[in-house]
Amino acid sequence: MPVLRAEHVHKKFASLEVLHDISLSVGKGEVVCLVGPSGSGKSTFLRCVNHLERIDAGRIYVDDALVGYEERAGRLYELKEASVCAARRQTGMVFQGFNLFVHLTAIENIMLGPRRILGMTKAEARAEAEVLLARVGLDGRGSSYPKQLSGGQQQRVAIARALAMNPKLLLLDEPTSALDPHLVGEVLSVIRELADEGLTMLVVTHEMAFARDVADRVVVFAGGRLIEEGAPRDILTAPSDPRTVAFLGRRS
Amino acid sequence: MSERAPDAAVAGPERSPTGVALPINAKPARYPGRWLTALVCLFLLGCVVDAFVASPNIKWAEVGSYFFSENVLRGLWLTVVLTIAAQSVGIVGGVILASMSMSLNPVLRTISSAYIGLFRGTPALIQIIFWFNIGLVFPHIALRIPGTGIGFRVETNSIITPIMAAVIALGLNEAAYMSEIVRGGIISIELGQSEAAASIGLTHSQSMRYVILPQAIRTVIPPTANELISMLKNTSLVSVISAKELLTSVQEIYASNFLTIELLIVASIWYLIMTTIATIVQSYLERLFDRGSRRPGTGASNLFHSLFRRDFSVGPSGPGAL
Repeated sequence: MPVLRAEHVHKKFASLEVLHDISLSVGKGEVVCLVGPSGSGKSTFLRCVNHLERIDAGRIYVDDALVGYEERAGRLYELKEASVCAARRQTGMVFQGFNLFVHLTAIENIMLGPRRILGMTKAEARAEAEVLLARVGLDGRGSSYPKQLSGGQQQRVAIARALAMNPKLLLLDEPTSALDPHLVGEVLSVIRELADEGLTMLVVTHEMAFARDVADRVVVFAGGRLIEEGAPRDILTAPSDPRTVAFLGRRS
Repeated sequence: MSERAPDAAVAGPERSPTGVALPINAKPARYPGRWLTALVCLFLLGCVVDAFVASPNIKWAEVGSYFFSENVLRGLWLTVVLTIAAQSVGIVGGVILASMSMSLNPVLRTISSAYIGLFRGTPALIQIIFWFNIGLVFPHIALRIPGTGIGFRVETNSIITPIMAAVIALGLNEAAYMSEIVRGGIISIELGQSEAAASIGLTHSQSMRYVILPQAIRTVIPPTANELISMLKNTSLVSVISAKELLTSVQEIYASNFLTIELLIVASIWYLIMTTIATIVQSYLERLFDRGSRRPGTGASNLFHSLFRRDFSVGPSGPGAL
């Protein structure tokens, strides 16, 4: 049973079609990298999986539950806010711009969800957050505010914040694109460790070397369409679609 | 951003061949024009001050003797109470109106903007007189459980005292302004913050409470303090309905002894003292809610710093920053 199953997803912004007939599934423990030129719909697709954007047609299932709707007797019913929020706990999200809560310290960022949603006590949440901080290599930095941390450290806190909700699927939207080059490595190695531990991940990335090493499968988007998918070695070294060839050529 | 710091250390100061940094012993540039304009302005200012101080028509000793007189202090107290009560009504009302104006329910949005239009669009003075005379419209106020005879009924004029009318009028008027301030604070928070809140599963109201409002309060404090300072002075408007606040109190005194200017000076000095205190409290609150944009400090030293520290640094700095 795949953790994520998207079937014929369409999405428009006004008259602009940003996703056209996307079908994609991600199995348990699988790491899938979404690559492709800017504006090809990769990030939008990720946001649709989390229901931060609504889709216009198709179905998205996370852990076999329809995202954003409920199907009864062949008819879709829009989910109420509380159910949408409950469903979002299954998917963690890491943003390009980190989006740490700037008024909270690193550890408070991680503790917020477990405390307010999972109903943990402060002590439980703190203990768990400390374990997570250690896991992303930020032992002892829990009391720092986001502005006192480097971009790489902020992104690692953001990953820990997402993990604190114990998601079945982690979505990472260009997690290293906003980082200075020398900080990219520390974030990628954390993601690599998560992959080794068997976390299911869908990663939008421009880091081809990372995709080749870590991904079980690479999916190429262009112009809102899924144009190619397969093993990283095949896609990245011997792409069949001319648009993939052009995209990879531009980057190397 | 902050990663630049190590690079800055690479380029050191120019060094002489001996390895010692050369001192700068430049003669300062001179600006005689600045001295001249300063002197002219000080002279003119001196003339004005002298004209008032030396005027035989202002009895300065009376200013001193009425400054702590019982009626003035009583009026001062009422001004403080009115300000706090009306501003509290304004803040609570403002938060409610702001939430309504950002609601997904179009009827609530419309009601909120109609309220703001009405209360900002009419003079506060009219609103004060209006509420004071509300008894003309509704002579009695009755509260009763429908279908039963249980309830009570009172004369409107026994409830709507000048003070009550003042709090209602100033408070409801203030709510209209506060709602725009609160709304501005909320929309100033980056969209990414609420998306991140949503992504960990917080509902809209949880996200407001734990993520958005604590950040918005920082942007909301300075304009709210401005409103409070305006409110301190606007309470003098209620002298038209004879609520015995500071202005009414001094008016009553000078109506009998004709020391008009002296007593207006007394009132003005008290208003200045109160607005100064409000400004100090404002800067204290700004520091207090500045969490995350500076190193956190303890309350007591924050107050001390907000009064005496001159901080030229920009952005995060200090041992905690990278």
